[in-house]
Amino acid sequence: MRWVAFVVFAAFLLFAAYELHPFGEPDDSRMDDYIISNAQNETAANNAVTSVVFDYRGYDTLGEATVLFTAIAGALVVLRRVKK
Amino acid sequence: MTPVVRTIAALIFPFIIIFSFYVIMHGHLTPGGGFQGGAIGASAIVMLIVAYGARNVKKKAKEESLSIFESIGGLVFVIVGIIGFVAASSFLYNFLVGEPLFGTIPPFGSNPGILNSGGILPILNIAVGMKVIGGLASVVLVMALAGGDEE
Repeated sequence: MRWVAFVVFAAFLLFAAYELHPFGEPDDSRMDDYIISNAQNETAANNAVTSVVFDYRGYDTLGEATVLFTAIAGALVVLRRVKK
Repeated sequence: MTPVVRTIAALIFPFIIIFSFYVIMHGHLTPGGGFQGGAIGASAIVMLIVAYGARNVKKKAKEESLSIFESIGGLVFVIVGIIGFVAASSFLYNFLVGEPLFGTIPPFGSNPGILNSGGILPILNIAVGMKVIGGLASVVLVMALAGGDEE
């Protein structure tokens, strides 16, 4: 039974790898072109990746920081020793 | 740990911290940014914990002050976002573009980069870097303190 699951999973992975989108040819590149041609003027930053992460999708980064904050607060609550 | 490890750790520590600040400050020019540089800086503090023991590190940096450091980073992030909401159109709007501080617009295309550019991105990178350094270091410190009593 285990090898049936293995074969099905491997076939699925091979099919997915075969059907992968060709690299560097997006279906719709309007947003990529917009960011490449406007990121330096709109955010004054050379690094387009950082300008996407902190400016165009800054709200998402705020959520990421909130996830980090929640995880650390949970770990501190569980593990911190309080002197009596 | 042995004196050899302690000496080498104390020698390397400032260089790792400087590299962490470099990665954070150049987040808008080169690969890297707040999260990556913060992880480098936190790993420097973890190295001190491994070499010197959690109790000796706790004498210099308590986990309370580290988590206050982290919370200041989060507050700076949110306050910068709200300033963008008030001063310009939307939350986290890049209101510093064109201003003298961090506002120099670089020429189009690839160029060496200007440190005084990026709008609010350097401020947000510093805030996230403070958050990651304080958070990861305080978690590892608390785990090492809770782990046991050995040196």
